[in-house]
Amino acid sequence: MIAALRTPRGLLTALILLVLAVLPLLTQAFDQRYLLSVGTRIVIWSIAAVSLNMILGYGGLVSFGHAVFFGIGGYAVGILSAHGVSSGWIQWPVALAVATLWAALIGALSLRTRGLYFIMITLAFAQLVYYVGGGLEAYGGDDGLNISRSRFSGLIDLRDKPSFYWLCFAALCGTLWFCGRFANSRFGYVIRGAKSNDLRMMALGFPVFRYRLAAFTISGAFGGLAGILLANEGAYVSPAMMSWVKSGDLIVIVVLGGMGTLLGPLFGAIAFFALEESLPPLLDLLRKGWGEYWQIVFGPLLVLIALYARGGIDSLLGRRAP
Amino acid sequence: MTVPLLSTDRLVKRYGGLLATDNVSIDVASGEIHALIGPNGAGKTTLVGQLTGNVAPDSGTIRFAGQDITRLPTHRRVHLGLARSFQITSVLGEFTALENVALAVQAHAGHSFRFLRDVRGDESLRGPARHCLEEVGLDARAGMPASALSHGEQRQLEIAMALAGDPSLLLLDEPMAGMGVEESQRMIAFLRALKGRRAMLLIEHDMDAVFQLADRITVLVYGRAIASGTPAEIRADEAVRRAYLGDDGMVA
Repeated sequence: MIAALRTPRGLLTALILLVLAVLPLLTQAFDQRYLLSVGTRIVIWSIAAVSLNMILGYGGLVSFGHAVFFGIGGYAVGILSAHGVSSGWIQWPVALAVATLWAALIGALSLRTRGLYFIMITLAFAQLVYYVGGGLEAYGGDDGLNISRSRFSGLIDLRDKPSFYWLCFAALCGTLWFCGRFANSRFGYVIRGAKSNDLRMMALGFPVFRYRLAAFTISGAFGGLAGILLANEGAYVSPAMMSWVKSGDLIVIVVLGGMGTLLGPLFGAIAFFALEESLPPLLDLLRKGWGEYWQIVFGPLLVLIALYARGGIDSLLGRRAP
Repeated sequence: MTVPLLSTDRLVKRYGGLLATDNVSIDVASGEIHALIGPNGAGKTTLVGQLTGNVAPDSGTIRFAGQDITRLPTHRRVHLGLARSFQITSVLGEFTALENVALAVQAHAGHSFRFLRDVRGDESLRGPARHCLEEVGLDARAGMPASALSHGEQRQLEIAMALAGDPSLLLLDEPMAGMGVEESQRMIAFLRALKGRRAMLLIEHDMDAVFQLADRITVLVYGRAIASGTPAEIRADEAVRRAYLGDDGMVA
């Protein structure tokens, strides 16, 4: 434990987790309420990115529709809330169950394809749900739906920003814990082995499809959790939360941070949001109005990472311990 | 003769107008080495693909260990005792040599829907895996990433992975491919030592190796088995000489 702190990765990780753990105290002390909402979004997106990394990074399956689980988790909460079911004890398990089932369904169909086809079919399913969401006139259609936050009476008030933040942070810690165990478990080794050579894994006697389907389903369940949190963060759900752009952002975060590494998605989410928040004002300082075009800087940065730091931010922190 | 361990009966595979496997009936008895030779494009790889379950035959049957496995998926065949090594080295580069074999052991240790326990300290997998590495003489390389092993060592690792499930039949797809003379000799000695304990179907270009190891040889040309017999019979076979051996002057 202590030895791990001596490596750049260990030190940075400890620092990040420490700052995240006390973020509400920091933002209060420096009177930066807005930063707490940015922090909350980073934590929620990290959960989604860690869940995407389970199949994309460890499994080598490029799912281009992961934001659909934002939408499924979010809309499950939103629709129940619109019908007066406000208890989180009901909303959350239902939302998780729906996300899990949907993941199992699209997994069962899309995992029969490979490569580009897999990318296209996961995208297609996500777009399908996106348009269904936009067509739900009773639930706001394209404009989305204002919801009341889930109630956990007496236990926690999600309207209180610091409490909600800590809940999200706890969820992130739980997700990271699971992913860390998963990656080095028997299951994780099968998934990782199939990434490098699925024919080989079949020839060893593994029914690879089943394991991939399970991984896809688990990944979707954690994605659904992120969706539940995202809906509660803004007290709002809309089709925009599952647009293909969001799915792309999630892939960018995972690749930026380091595919197939435990903390890469967390690093990636922090870097992504830090750049998104800081580039526009920085460019505006250079010349008024330039901030609008922040992606002109952001894009080439991603290209540089893709060209020179294949393993993402994580790889810049030195070799990983075996 | 007793019932063979593996047998195919008039196996046919067509790719468009090309008859890649033309009514091939071969068998492998328990403990014997049966070599499959033939020039490039003879359909060896297609035949192996059908035996392993990666290619579906158009007609004919495959029986293994007393069971019709013609339509069985790959992983089910493996669990019946049919293991293979690949022509192109297919070790898992990101894992160490030991982890590669441990995965092979794991494939035979019940289901792998186990999400929480760390596999890296799991002696029930690593113990047998270490034993397999010793058997092929790779124990000193256990901790190295498979991608860092030499070509010959990766071929040995392939064999160790195939052996991990304690198969009754090994399908060896050109185990000597790309090996130097010395490495080849070592592999030949190793396979000879295995003989009797496990049956092997050996696909190999190295005629030296084939004639040293095989109990029986089948010659495949244009998808057809044109001859089958002992090494001496094959050497004397006129059709084989014409179709194959004579061409590249490789008569041993």
